[in-house]
Amino acid sequence: MTAASLAFRAVLARDLRLGLRHGSDIAMVVSFFVLAAVLFPFGVGPEANLLTRISAGVVWVTALLAAMLSLDRLFQADYEDGSLDQLALSPAPLAVIVLAKAAAHWLTTGLPLIVVAPALGLMLRLDPAGFVPLVLAMLIGTPSLSLFGAIGAALTLGARRGGALVALLVLPLVLPVLIFGVGAVEAAVTGLGPRPHLLILGALLAAALPLAPLAAAVALRQALESA
Amino acid sequence: MGGMGRAMTEAFVPGTLAGTALACVRGERLLFRGLGFVLEPGGALVLTGPNGSGKSSLLRLLAGLLPAAAGVLAWNTRPVDEDREAQRARLLYLGHQEGLKPTLTVGEMLDLHARLRGHAADPAGALGALGALGIGALLDVPGRLLSAGQRRRVGLARLLVCPAPLWLLDEPTVGLDEAGLAAFRAIAAAHRRAGGAIVAATHADLGLAGAESLAPADFAPDWSADGAALDAMLGAVA
Repeated sequence: MTAASLAFRAVLARDLRLGLRHGSDIAMVVSFFVLAAVLFPFGVGPEANLLTRISAGVVWVTALLAAMLSLDRLFQADYEDGSLDQLALSPAPLAVIVLAKAAAHWLTTGLPLIVVAPALGLMLRLDPAGFVPLVLAMLIGTPSLSLFGAIGAALTLGARRGGALVALLVLPLVLPVLIFGVGAVEAAVTGLGPRPHLLILGALLAAALPLAPLAAAVALRQALESA
Repeated sequence: MGGMGRAMTEAFVPGTLAGTALACVRGERLLFRGLGFVLEPGGALVLTGPNGSGKSSLLRLLAGLLPAAAGVLAWNTRPVDEDREAQRARLLYLGHQEGLKPTLTVGEMLDLHARLRGHAADPAGALGALGALGIGALLDVPGRLLSAGQRRRVGLARLLVCPAPLWLLDEPTVGLDEAGLAAFRAIAAAHRRAGGAIVAATHADLGLAGAESLAPADFAPDWSADGAALDAMLGAVA
């Protein structure tokens, strides 16, 4: 096993363990997701046709916002307690460590959101044909949120009010994920087939997978220089 | 990745660290310039001077966390910038903070540290390292229950888990009691006997025999120099 894959697995295991022992973080993200989606029927009224039309969009937008909630902690805790120095001094490339942290972030926030999403779809009267594409699109799309989010979290490291700043930086970047994520569900419901949308989500992920960790690693080194 | 494998096998090969005409800028401020030193295998360099004179910055610069504004840092006469990953494999850094997590046990943190540096987890080695610092009983204790002195000792134990020839230590003995200080002196002496080198910033007497001392403040820019010379110097640094 190479040193890089050893470091990747070590950081992934560490962050998963930290995430599970601070279970409240995961619970908060999921509760926010559920609560924000529940607000919509109250806001727009319980009319079934209207809810059916907006349900995919509501699920995606609230998932996006819920994922943003946890992003500012991605590097902040490590930055504050000095462990980011140790991560950056590992002989393994910093981009590999960023990738491990983004993977752990997805497993502890993206995945729970996907598990809950069908229940919210049911509540919002999502068309039955839309459920499988919704879950598929979220499976392919939410990892990109964690990857783009890592760039934003690294860039705002050490900034005051980093949380709001992360959202401001990342939300425009992840617009394509939202557009094609919702598009996949809409296409399935109207009988066009979600495949092209899912393929574009896959292409976004394929681009983000190597590029986002590199960009975030550069931003992290920058943040450490001013530490 | 090929380079990484090489770096791993070279984990403990003593060498000479040399800095030439190093300069450091923090924010808009030039902390020091023209700073040079040579640190042979088995040597120790103690950084002294008032608060804010650049001791910690020099350590971070030596660790590669901070870029030098000017000058060259070399390992065995080769500039370290040529192979950053190999340089990171050669050094261990202990900063002001130990990087301990409240919910991870000491054993888990040492295990993570070893694997981050490309070593397999080694529970016996971790226990031995903790024993050398007199805290063998803390293996299963989570970080949030450690006192300041215990945290410092865990930070020092990390130096022993996977050996590297260059130790960069920022105030390594802050918060340590008499026994902790003695343990630090013992591991530092053993490290130097094996050919390892130490750079330590401190305000206390670390008891490193035959250590050379270096004060970054001695290389601070002379602000009484006339404005033209100052501008020329800053221009050269930038």
